[in-house]
Amino acid sequence: MAKIVVHQNKIEDRKAVVEVCPFNALEFESNDELILNAACKMCKICVKRYPEIFEYVEDVAPTVNKDEWKGVTVYIDHIEGDIHPVSFELIGKARQMADKIGHPVHCLIMGDNISDIAEQVLHYGADEVFVYDKPQLHDFRIEPYAAVFEDYISKNKPSIILVGGTTVGRSLAPRVAARFRTGLTADCTILDVQENTDLDQIRPAYGGNIMAHIHTPNHRPQFATVRYKIFDAPVRTEDKSGKLTLCDIADDKLASKITVIEIKKKEKVKSIEDADVIVVAGRALKKEEDIKMIYDLADELGAMVATTRPLIEAGWMDARLQIGLSGRTVKPKLIITCGVSGAIQFVAGMNNSDMIISINEDPKAQIFNVAHYAIVGDIYEIIPGLIEQIKEMKKEQ
Amino acid sequence: MNITVCIKQVPGTAEVEIDEKTGVLKRDGIDSKMNPYDLYAIETAVRLKEENKADISVITMGPPQAEAVIKEAYMMGVDKGCLLTDRKFAGADVLATAYALSQGITRMGEYDLIVCGKMTTDGDTAQVGPEIAEYLNIPHVANVRKIHKITEKSVIVEMNMAESVEIQEVLLPCLITVEKDICQPRLPSFKLKMKTSDRPIRRITFNDLDDKNVMHYGLNGSPTQVLKIFPPPANTTNEKWEGDSEKLSKKLADKLHELKYV
Repeated sequence: MAKIVVHQNKIEDRKAVVEVCPFNALEFESNDELILNAACKMCKICVKRYPEIFEYVEDVAPTVNKDEWKGVTVYIDHIEGDIHPVSFELIGKARQMADKIGHPVHCLIMGDNISDIAEQVLHYGADEVFVYDKPQLHDFRIEPYAAVFEDYISKNKPSIILVGGTTVGRSLAPRVAARFRTGLTADCTILDVQENTDLDQIRPAYGGNIMAHIHTPNHRPQFATVRYKIFDAPVRTEDKSGKLTLCDIADDKLASKITVIEIKKKEKVKSIEDADVIVVAGRALKKEEDIKMIYDLADELGAMVATTRPLIEAGWMDARLQIGLSGRTVKPKLIITCGVSGAIQFVAGMNNSDMIISINEDPKAQIFNVAHYAIVGDIYEIIPGLIEQIKEMKKEQ
Repeated sequence: MNITVCIKQVPGTAEVEIDEKTGVLKRDGIDSKMNPYDLYAIETAVRLKEENKADISVITMGPPQAEAVIKEAYMMGVDKGCLLTDRKFAGADVLATAYALSQGITRMGEYDLIVCGKMTTDGDTAQVGPEIAEYLNIPHVANVRKIHKITEKSVIVEMNMAESVEIQEVLLPCLITVEKDICQPRLPSFKLKMKTSDRPIRRITFNDLDDKNVMHYGLNGSPTQVLKIFPPPANTTNEKWEGDSEKLSKKLADKLHELKYV
């Protein structure tokens, strides 16, 4: 039984020792014995700080025969005939890792009438694609999908399983991981594999304020979910490679207590706080109709448009689109400010964005203090040029 | 109808930093609070109680001081609370946490609907809810943004997908995880605070659970292990680009392509 042993006789400063734990997991019991309570995360910070008091003891853990588990499997997520691009990105990552340990790359796809979609996967370099094609799998319902996943794992024993961090993936992966009593690391941003097939999983926690390096040393399969746009998708090849394997599963395993009543397209009203990408229209816009150029750029990037107070006061834009102390606070993955000077009231509402690109004519603009990329120039020249460039790129793809 | 809500006490602030040399987490104060997403789960349950007849229980796993979040739940209209606490639960990862909670929920009694918040602000995994459902062998729906109707037999919910909304009817008992869109949580009521100040909190420890295999709990029941924690790479990029507009447009397009936005 692995645990942290507390050497009670080495404790000197009781208060300081208790406070070393960021999770309040250390407490003195009524008999004055220092214990680790249920809040312990096994971060081992106490061991690091007071090695004389806290000792991490690892007994022989239940071992799994890692040689029995082969291959890196990617779950292919698709909706209404389109494969979610995160699936391709994961095939790319799976290939890198599989080559390192001499394992094959497998894909698992399930659904109804999906042979065309499954064929698509063969253009991305998987060795084998396992297809479960059943009418009961038409819509995502947790029990039949989990049953198929279980069937696949039991028959193929993959060492590593990568699942896209989509709505379906984030619901399905934990369910299946729990069924196999194995580990699952959510939203990994870095993945690598050791020679002994152990998966190195690195993910942010505490809202991205810390990174955790996690592994699953004694269990198989090893599960990880990864969000969209973390890894690079391999280039689609003209020729197909690998093979399709049709799999069957007994109908009684596909029973469900869920009935899908309706699927409706989502109304596109969302607030700027929810946007991953934002393009901000600033005061450098000379007239109301010029906002169109900002919207055109946003459309090309799948972004939302937001603005600063002067444009709200001018009545050009909806007040719900205002960023800043008197508006909304946003933290998108990417924000492009166009002709925004960067008053402190505005900056306070957006300076935690992951990537800030600012375009402004004035090389001394305050916004450049927070920008990762400060582009000195006229938005009336740069933005139309940029839109044109992006359109060109899309044509080539 | 019996509704169980799973809640968690989390650090009061996400503003944690790591001392790069010692690897020690630095936090301003050691305040704790209810996981903000759980407020939506409680509100969902309380509204169902107001419209139907229901008895609401909350369960949390944690140290004794986690009772604070149960008291807060009482102030929002929750009827019963249960703290799952034991040294044997120390070091639990997602799997061991979900397993212990599923055992605790079974011990608490009957349930028709289990409601969880979408995720916690310290772990950010959104995995515990679905894993609990697996261990209780009941269906689950994640990312619920609306409840249309609940009857003795089933609940009709809206699941939020990226591009669409799926309306599902799920037979009870089942588990749902709810999004922030579902409702606006009420503030804790002072009246309820007075009324519930001496309401007991049930404690469930390892010895109360059906499964007494220590290998299923805490660190022993955790397949994942944290090798280390470290600060995220600082984004120190601060480049200034100047020059010909056409070239700047091209350079920016290339950068957006590199960042995978094009």
